[in-house]
Amino acid sequence: MAMTMAEKILADHAGFEEVAPGQIVNARVDIVLGNDVTAPIAIKAFRELGAEKVFDSERVVLVPDHFTPNKDIKSAQQCKVLREFAREQGLVHYFEVGQMGIEHALLPEQGIVVPGDLVVGADSHTCTYGALGAFATGVGSTDLAAAMILGELWFRVPESMLFIYYGHRGEYVTGKDYVLHTIGLIGVDGARYRAMEFTGEAITALPMDERFTMSNMAIEAGGKAGLIAPDQVTLEYVRPRAKRPWKVYESDPGASYVEALEIDVSRLIPVVALPHLPENVKPVAEVGEIPIDQVVIGSCTNGRITDLRQAAQVLKGRKVHPYVRLIIIPATQEIYRQAMEEGLFEIFVEAGAAVSTPTCGPCLGGHMGVLAEGERAVATTNRNFVGRMGHPKSEVYLSNPYVAAASAIAGRIVHPMEVL
Amino acid sequence: MIRGRAWKFGDHIDTDVIIPARYLNTSDPGELARHCMEDADPQFASKVRSGDVIVAGENFGCGSSREHAPIAIKAAGVACVVAKSFARIFYRNAFNTGLPIVECPEGVEAIQDGDEVEVDLERGVVRDITRGEEYPFVPIPPFMQELLSKGGLLEYVRERMSSSAG
Ligand code: SF4
Repeated sequence: MAMTMAEKILADHAGFEEVAPGQIVNARVDIVLGNDVTAPIAIKAFRELGAEKVFDSERVVLVPDHFTPNKDIKSAQQCKVLREFAREQGLVHYFEVGQMGIEHALLPEQGIVVPGDLVVGADSHTCTYGALGAFATGVGSTDLAAAMILGELWFRVPESMLFIYYGHRGEYVTGKDYVLHTIGLIGVDGARYRAMEFTGEAITALPMDERFTMSNMAIEAGGKAGLIAPDQVTLEYVRPRAKRPWKVYESDPGASYVEALEIDVSRLIPVVALPHLPENVKPVAEVGEIPIDQVVIGSCTNGRITDLRQAAQVLKGRKVHPYVRLIIIPATQEIYRQAMEEGLFEIFVEAGAAVSTPTCGPCLGGHMGVLAEGERAVATTNRNFVGRMGHPKSEVYLSNPYVAAASAIAGRIVHPMEVL
Repeated sequence: MIRGRAWKFGDHIDTDVIIPARYLNTSDPGELARHCMEDADPQFASKVRSGDVIVAGENFGCGSSREHAPIAIKAAGVACVVAKSFARIFYRNAFNTGLPIVECPEGVEAIQDGDEVEVDLERGVVRDITRGEEYPFVPIPPFMQELLSKGGLLEYVRERMSSSAG
């Protein structure tokens, strides 16, 4: 039977020749992930069950990234729970402040997740690793506890949905625009419970960092996973990093999809998602005069080196608008060092930006740039829900790094061409 | 075998309807059960009988990831939720907390509020006794049935742990 890559990965990990959508399987997981918000609850369940050891100290990964460096006493207590658990269990992949990064940028970068993996994370953006050709999905804290102990978890095999991107993109159009445009087309539950599969010549032409951006936002369309079959670009990324052997899965010709959509990227122009849903997508040119108070460039969506370079390209030799706070957050220590070596910080600081150590921080309204009542931000993050970045009456506009940087200079939402 | 009265609801019943956020200051199942489905039918919790079945449309359980939702339904006495579809995290949370749920669009269309229904999890059929018809659904595999019979994921894990230790 012809299968999609999502079906193949689940079948292999469940020990079956084949699986079909709707089927529920019990499958071995390669990586189990928790963070400072979700892991403490799972660790509590772990203790209540009287468990003594995690199934594999190399495969349970804990990343305190949401409220770190600890923003207050409560978050310090949460992180302490993780730290003590990591030491007690001898976890190989526990990332302390100074080595850490935002989990979904960090795990691929460190070669902890590899193509063909089945990954569960108690964080909805675990779907990011789909860009590596892994089946990765978000779960609850009870699931996390079970997976940490048993190394396996139950899955319902999802239907797959195919997205074919073709054509050549214009200037300042990025993977972020591809995925925002897609969410705008199908809506925030357009891929509910489905595995999204991104393919086509325009995906082949996309660098790894922008592919991560796309898979990251699969959940914003309700997707269970956002997969991209590994190709040359993937393997060049994976080869020097992988901590384990990997396996390339591709969908069979004739595999069945519940829906297939074609998107001509040559017709796209940079877009923004207006408050308060990621599906409220509009071309930047059509949003009108929207003054802004803050710009955040970072997160597991767009805090990678490619994103920082794009921002630098716009910011170089220019000044941030006097009414705007620009906060730039490299997603990991490695990205931070790379940006420093490339001289990007010089450009950012000259422009009048604040550069932060890696953290989720403002993305979830945690710290490092929380919005006041009535304030507006442009962010390269993934969610613009009510109150996501602070006060319930604040607003978040999602965009790519070019648009975010240009808007920081103009003091309102603009197309990069307006300042360049 | 699950047998009881059908309580019919529409599409997109979200977790705030199932258990409003104002009651989330407790996780006591009995307390949560008293407010189950309150914002859709304020009388529901007092009328529902043990063994009854919720029959709902598309996207049941959408919204937040709160595990309180399936806990409240289960504690209210509901034996099963039959829907056209479920939101993904609710789907997981339901099985993990030991609440049987099945997707059976055909059955949902046909079953009327107040009908006597039967759900056979092993054979994969929903029977409308009142109407004398039955509607198939993809049967819940043995593993999932085991999970449900144990009362949830953590009990399943507990047993697995003691069997491997012994
Ligand atoms: S950066 Fe934002 S979306 Fe990503 S893991 Fe952190 S809080 Fe979640």
